[in-house]
Formats: sequence, structure tokens, C-alpha cells
Amino acid sequence: MKKIINDPATVVADALRGMELAHADLLDVQYDPAVVVRVDAPVPRKVAVVSGGGSGHEPLHAGFVGRGMLDAACPGAVFTSPTPDQVLAAVQRTNGGAGALLIVKNYTGDVLNFETAAELAAAEGIEVRSVVVDDDVAVKDSLHTAGRRGVGGTVLLEKIVGAAAERGVDLDGCEALARKVAGQVRSMGLALAPCTVPHAGEPSFTLADDEMELGIGIHGEPGRQRVPVRPADSLVPALLDPILGDLPFGAGDRVLLFTNGMGGTPLLELYLAHGIAERLLAERGITVRRRLVGPYITSLEMQGMSLTLLKLDDELVELWDAPVRTAALRWGL
Amino acid sequence: MGCTAERVAEALRAVARVVAEHREELVRLDREIGDGDHGENLNRGFTALVSKLDGDVPGTPGAVLKSAATTLISVVGGAAGPLYGTAFLRAATSVGDAAELDAGAVAGALRAALEGVVARGKAAVGDKTMVDALTPAVAAASSVAATGGDVAGVLAAAAEAAEQGAESTVPLVARKGRASYLGERSAGHLDPGARSTALLLRTLAGSAR
Repeated sequence: MKKIINDPATVVADALRGMELAHADLLDVQYDPAVVVRVDAPVPRKVAVVSGGGSGHEPLHAGFVGRGMLDAACPGAVFTSPTPDQVLAAVQRTNGGAGALLIVKNYTGDVLNFETAAELAAAEGIEVRSVVVDDDVAVKDSLHTAGRRGVGGTVLLEKIVGAAAERGVDLDGCEALARKVAGQVRSMGLALAPCTVPHAGEPSFTLADDEMELGIGIHGEPGRQRVPVRPADSLVPALLDPILGDLPFGAGDRVLLFTNGMGGTPLLELYLAHGIAERLLAERGITVRRRLVGPYITSLEMQGMSLTLLKLDDELVELWDAPVRTAALRWGL
Repeated sequence: MGCTAERVAEALRAVARVVAEHREELVRLDREIGDGDHGENLNRGFTALVSKLDGDVPGTPGAVLKSAATTLISVVGGAAGPLYGTAFLRAATSVGDAAELDAGAVAGALRAALEGVVARGKAAVGDKTMVDALTPAVAAASSVAATGGDVAGVLAAAAEAAEQGAESTVPLVARKGRASYLGERSAGHLDPGARSTALLLRTLAGSAR
């Protein structure tokens, strides 16, 4: 294992120290329990939008803390959900009197820890709602599994709901909007090479030179199918077709296309894949109205990518375009 | 002889040692069908618990169990934190403020722990989770307690049944937790949560002898 770290046990706190220095104008970091909050929190009478999850997916979530997106992020240990006291501390620090919306990726640990935190916050008299994101179409049999995972759609949802909260939409409105976005966003990913969790020291799975893993999540877990690597022209449809068929998306739809890198794939390849995906969508009569390309929800140094499609209407376009000022997404401010 | 707060604390210190010894094994098992953090997370939690107990051992077995619960919930993370935390919390509630635990109380605490885990995680026997180890352990513990066994006998039976239950997860296809994403590919692997449950009960049994 070769990594730029000192001790696997302190890697998250060590990284937060650097992040705090790099973005002192945007965020404050508290260490015990670990919470990243926007520098002007709590914002009076604004719904606090709080998310979190295991570390190793940077810039998700702390990179999205700031005006127009998240009020707080709770970074857990690498690939490990945050603990309830972290989430509770985040809610306490950011509650401006309008309650808090928790955005939770659908993983067993995240759901259990956020559930426990929501109970604790409610016991303190803070109104809290939770929305679970489960956009990963690779999990087919969601009745006999822990359900679909929350992946790329989380980034889009955090941006859109963050914009609404910034405009003063109340907790009911933010919750309804979050459910709407979660209902019309779908994703799928693939890996060409695995990642190594610092405290594990070894790759989470192995792939031969000519193999790839289809339907991966974002925690270094293997996918559902191992197939031979093929050219991008036939690789992109392997991600796009299951997404299109699932919602389904069809001719006349307007979408946001998010081409995401898993951490170890260069932008050169992401743009290449994005171009193919745009062409395939155009061929099907689907209009790409907004796009996002880059590594925004990663899996350490995993080599691979994911595609996310969100069905858009005028409300969602406007909220996507609204000003945002965070470490990883910034426009209009 | 009943089980005092000091004995419960000693048993939990022993669990911490065993978890540390098996940290890499649990990481390996979890890497095969999960995300490879189980050994690390449990080790972090029980290490924190030992530090807490070194500072002060609460006065009753229930209070020691509650202290374990809050520590595990706030330190472990993942699914294991809330699940083991809830197990200890329900066990603590079940034994109340008794100064010593007899065989019936220990069996009752194990049953309460199982009910808590099932309520939180919503897993059933056969889903390839810690419930596959804990369920037969509770049945075995209850039957020994009902036939006049002592604390050591109850825990020994629970440990034996948990080990068999954990082994029974090997051929299963996971239906809960992160391993469920693997579908059929999860078969042929020992479930790390069931393994850690069996280790924990075996250690408690050893401490009670």
C-alpha cells in the first residue's frame, strides 16, 4: 500500500486539518465529534441541510458545505458511516430554528446511525426529517438486499435541496423536493481497478488486467458482474442502458447528465465517456440541459466512473443554476 | 455465584483483547463480502470502552452494560455501532439495577439483546448476519437457564450455539447489509458480524468460568 498518510487511524482528522486551512472562508471544522459546518452557521430561520457518510468519497460531503448547498457534513471513518453523536452535533450547530433535513445515502450503517441521531435530535425538540437516497440501478433485487445504494444522485440532490433551503423554502418544502429528486435520479458505476482502504492495507478486490467490475458501489465493494474490459463505445452503454430502462427515461425528457470519476480516472477519460453518453442520449431524443463532469463522489483511488441521470423540469433547472459556494462546486457567487 | 459489575467489566476487557487479536481476521472476512472495516471499527469501539472502564467502573452490571452501549454507539460507526450498541443497551435495560446477575438474568439479557438487534436491523435468521449467531445462542442460553444451569453454563451453551450459527452462514446468500449487494457471490463466506458475535460470546463464557 502506497499512500500519502502517516497513520491509518488518524487519516480523517489529519485530512480535515488541511481542509480547514484550505477553505477557512467557507467552513469551520470541529473534531470531537467530527463535523464540518458552513462558516456562518447557524443561519437564522433557514432549514439546515445536513449530510454525511464514510470518508473516502471526497469531495462528498464536506466539499459541498457552504452557501447554497450543505450546512454541515459529518465525516465518518473511511467507508464507515458517521456516529449518531456526530450527526446530532451537526444538527445542533446548524439549526437556525427552521429544523434540519438529513440527507442519507442508503447503506445499512448510514441509515441506522442517522435514524438514531434523528431520535436524539427530536428528543431535544429539534424538528428533523430524513430523506434516503437510493439511486443505484445496479442493485436489482432490492427486496432481498439492503436496497439500492445511494451514489451519484446524492450530489445532485444536495445541490438542489441546498439551493431551495437557501431561498427560504421551509422544512416540508425541502423534504418534498428531496423526495422528488430522489424519485427521478438514477445511477450506475463501474471499476477498472479497486481501491485500498488505509486501515485494511490491501485492495478490496482484485481484477485481472483485462477485467472490469460492473455495478460497483462507492465503498470498494465488488459489483454484481465481472466482465472483460471493452472499448468506451460499448462500455458507456453498459452503464447508460440500465439507467434509461429503469426510471424509465425516454424521448422528450430533459435531463442533467453527471459523469463522475471514482477517484483514479483522469478527466481525459471522463470527458471521452461523457461525449459518448451525450451522443447516445441525443440519439434517443433525450435533451441534456445541464451537465456535471468530474470526480465528485469517489471511492478513494478507485479507477472507474459512474453515470447519473436526473430528469429535469424548470424548477429543478432553476435550483441547479442557483448560486453555490463550496469547496467543490462554485458558481454564481 | 452471581455476576457483579466488576466481573462484567472484566469480561468486557477480555472481549476487547480478543477483538484486538482478531482484528485482522474480521477485516479480512469483511473485505471478502463487505467493505473491510468490521475488525477496525469494533477494535476502535472496545478500545474506547476499556479506556472508559479504566477511568471508572459503574456500580451495577446494568450500568456497565449501558456504558458499553453508549461507547459503542458513539465510537464504532458503520452498521455494527448501532447494532452492538442497541444489543448492549437492551441488555442493560433488561437487567435493571440488580447488583448481581444470575443465570436467568444473563439469559434474559441475551434475549433482550437479540430483540434489540432485530428491531434495529430488521434481519431474520438466514439473512447471513449476526442474527444467525445470536438467535441459536439465545435459545441455548434460555434452555440451560431453565434447567438450573449457572451463569458459566448459560454462556458456554450460548457460545457453542453462536459458533455453530456463525458457521451456518457460510453457504448462505446475504439478504441484509452490504454483503447483500453481492447476491449469489456472497455464498461461501463466513459472515463477519456472525463471527464477531460468536467471538464475543465465547470470550464472555471464558470469563465466567
